[in-house]
Amino acid sequence: MRHIISLLMENEAGALSRVAGLFSARGYNIESLSVAPTEDPTLSRMTIVTSGSDAIIEQINKQLNKLVDVAALMDLNDGEHIERELMLVKVSAQGEAREKLKRVADTFHGRIIDVTDYIYTIELTGSCAELDSFLETVGRDLILETVRTGASGIGRGERILKL
Amino acid sequence: MELTGAEILIRCLQEEKVEYVFGYPGGAVLFIYDALFQQDKVKHVLVRHEQAAVHAADGYARSSDKVGVALVTSGPGLTNAVTGIATAYMDSTPMVVISGQVPTGAIGEDAFQEVDAVGITRPCVKHNFLVKDVKDIASTIKKAFYLAKSGRPGPVLVDIPKDVSNHKTTFEYPSSVTIRSYHPAGKGDSGQIRHAAQMLLEAKRPMIYAGGGVVLSDASAQLTDLVRLLDFPCTNTLMGLGGFPASDKQFVGMLGMHGTYEANMAMQHCDVLLAVGARFDDRVIGNVEHFAQVPRKIIHIDIDPSSIAKRVKVDLPIVGDVKLVLDELLEVLRGGRQRPNTSELAAWWKQVDEWRAVGGGLRYKNSTEIIKPQFVIEKLHEITGGDAFITTDVGQHQMWAAQYYKFDKPRRWVTSGGLGTMGFGLPAAMGVQMVNPGATVACITGEGSIQMNIQELSTCKQFHLPIKIIALNNGYLGMVRQWQEFFHGNRYSETYMNALPDFVKLAEAYGHVGMRIEKPADVEPALKEAFARKNDLVFMDFRTDPTENVFPMVPGGRGLSEIILAEEL
Repeated sequence: MRHIISLLMENEAGALSRVAGLFSARGYNIESLSVAPTEDPTLSRMTIVTSGSDAIIEQINKQLNKLVDVAALMDLNDGEHIERELMLVKVSAQGEAREKLKRVADTFHGRIIDVTDYIYTIELTGSCAELDSFLETVGRDLILETVRTGASGIGRGERILKL
Repeated sequence: MELTGAEILIRCLQEEKVEYVFGYPGGAVLFIYDALFQQDKVKHVLVRHEQAAVHAADGYARSSDKVGVALVTSGPGLTNAVTGIATAYMDSTPMVVISGQVPTGAIGEDAFQEVDAVGITRPCVKHNFLVKDVKDIASTIKKAFYLAKSGRPGPVLVDIPKDVSNHKTTFEYPSSVTIRSYHPAGKGDSGQIRHAAQMLLEAKRPMIYAGGGVVLSDASAQLTDLVRLLDFPCTNTLMGLGGFPASDKQFVGMLGMHGTYEANMAMQHCDVLLAVGARFDDRVIGNVEHFAQVPRKIIHIDIDPSSIAKRVKVDLPIVGDVKLVLDELLEVLRGGRQRPNTSELAAWWKQVDEWRAVGGGLRYKNSTEIIKPQFVIEKLHEITGGDAFITTDVGQHQMWAAQYYKFDKPRRWVTSGGLGTMGFGLPAAMGVQMVNPGATVACITGEGSIQMNIQELSTCKQFHLPIKIIALNNGYLGMVRQWQEFFHGNRYSETYMNALPDFVKLAEAYGHVGMRIEKPADVEPALKEAFARKNDLVFMDFRTDPTENVFPMVPGGRGLSEIILAEEL
C-alpha cells in the first residue's frame, strides 16, 4: 500500500543521504522524496512517498526513527491528511489545441504561467493522482516537458508534526 | 589558553577516561599523533593494519564495559578500517573511530589519500560526523561517546580534516550532552511487562531465548534469576553465550544453525517464547515460514524497536533496556502470588529431556589416531577452568568453540557473529588482553582465518601480549568445505589451502613460541605447557581431522526441526 511519511530532521550536510541510503540499502521502494528547511532553519521537513506491505511500512518507520538525525516522524496514512504536489508542464499549444488546453487547465485549476506562439507552460497543484489525470487528459503527444516536486503532506486539523 | 584541535581531541579522550587507543599513523593524523606523543595518559597501541586496530578496539569493548577507540589516517587507513567498523556495527559494539581527513580546502579535489569517509561508513555506523570547525571537536567527541554507548550501542566515526586538527581554540569539555533527535529507550512499558508476566505464568511450554543484548546490557544476573525463578528452559544465541551459565541444568545449549537438537526443538514447539535482546536472525531460526507454522505467542524485549517484528510476528513487544525490563519483570513475578503451572512444566521438561536424549547433547566420535577439533576445545575448557577469555575467527572452529567451551560468565566470549569476519580473532584478543591484563586469553582460529591478520603477531610482541593461539589446522577452509560436501556434490572448489606456512617457524620468526601438535595424546600436555607459559604468546598448530563436520546442522533455508544430527556414532 502507498504511504506518505513525514519527517523532521536536523538540517545538516549528509542528513538527506542517510535517508536515501537507508531506502536503497534495505531495498525499500521510494516513489518520491521532497525536502526543504522549515521556519526553524535548523530543521528540515521531508515527505517520502513509499509503498510496501504493512510489515515493510512498519520497518521503514522504525528504521527512519532510528536515524540519529531524525527528530520526529509521522506516517500520514495513520490518520486524515492532505497531500499536494506542484507540477510545471510545458505543452505544445497550436491551433485548436490552444483553446482545448486552456479549458483543461481551468478544469484542473491550473494556471498558464508562460505563453509563446507555440507553447504554454502550465502550473498545477493537487494530489499526485490529480496531476496524473491531468497529464492523461492532455495526452503525451502534446507534452513537451514535465517537472514534478513529489508530494508534500500535512495532517488534517489537530495532527501536527512539530518539535 | 588555546589548544590545537589535535590537543583538544586528546584532552577529550582523557576526559572520557580512555586508557588505550588502537591505531596506525599517517599524513592526515600527524598533528593528532604529535599531541598523543606529548602526554602519557592515553596510551597508543600500534597495530600492523588498520582493520586490526578496529577489531582490537572491538575486543577491548566487548570484554569490558568500556568504549573501544581506534585511530586511523585518511584514505586507505579508513577503508582498511571499514571491515572492522562493519563488524562492530553488526554486533552492536560501543566504539569511537577517529579518522584523519585531507585538509578542508582539499576535500572534493581527489586529493592524495582522500576518501569520503562519512559516505563510505554511513551504512555501517550508528552515526558519523565530519568536523569542519575546531570549535566543534569537543562537543562532537562528547556526542560520539554518548551515542556509542547509549541505547543500542554501536560504532561512531569522527572524521577530522588535517587543518582542523591544527587550528586553535579554547578547550572546554561539555559536562553533559543532549541530542534533541535521539532518545534511547530506558525502562519498558509497565503495562506490557505485567502482561508479559501473566503470559509467562500461563504458559504450558515456555522457552526463554536470550541474545547479545543481555551481555551488552549487563543483565546476566537478571536473566539468570528469571530463568531460575520460573524454572523454564533457556537457550542462548551465539552472541548471547555466557549470558546464562552454560553449566546450569536449565540451559539447553546454543540454538540455531549449529545449535543443539533440544534447543532448536524447544524453540520450534514452545507455546510462549520470551525473546530477550535477540533478533531472530536467519542463522538462528532458519526458515521464517517454517518457524511460523507452529503457533506460539512471542514476547520480545529489545532496546531497538526496529529489531522487533522485523522477521517474525511478535505478540507482545517491550521496548527498553533489557536490564531494566528484566528487573521490573522480576519484581512483578516476585510480587504476585501466582506461580508457573508445575504439572504442565514438568511435562514440558520431560519432553525437553527426551529431545536431549535423542540429540545426545553434543557429541563426536573421538579418536586415538587423529586429533578431533572438538576434543581440543574440551581440553582447553578443562585446562583453563572454563574461565578464559575466548576470541575466535570464523568457520568450523568458531562453531566448535561456541558448542564445546561452556561459558558461565558474560563478556568471556568474543566472536564476530553478525558479519562473520575472518581475521577478527587475533586482533580482538589483543584488545581483550589489554583491558584484562593478567587474564588468560585464547584465540581459537583456523589456518585460513589466522592468515587474514597474522601480521598482528608483531603487535603482540611489541606490547608483550601473552595470547594463546589455538589453531585448528585441518588444511581446509572447513566450513566452506562442509557446505561443498553437503550441498555441492563434494566438489571442493578452492577450499584446500595449499602451501601453508610452517606456523611454528612463523611464530618463532615473530619472537614467539610455536608448537605443532599432531597426536591426540599430545593435546593435553601441549595445552598445559602452553598455558603454563604465562608471559609468552604461544602459537599452537593443532593438526586436526580434515573430514570432521560441525553437527548438529540446520541447513540454510530449512526449519529448526529439520535439523541434521551427527551421523550414527
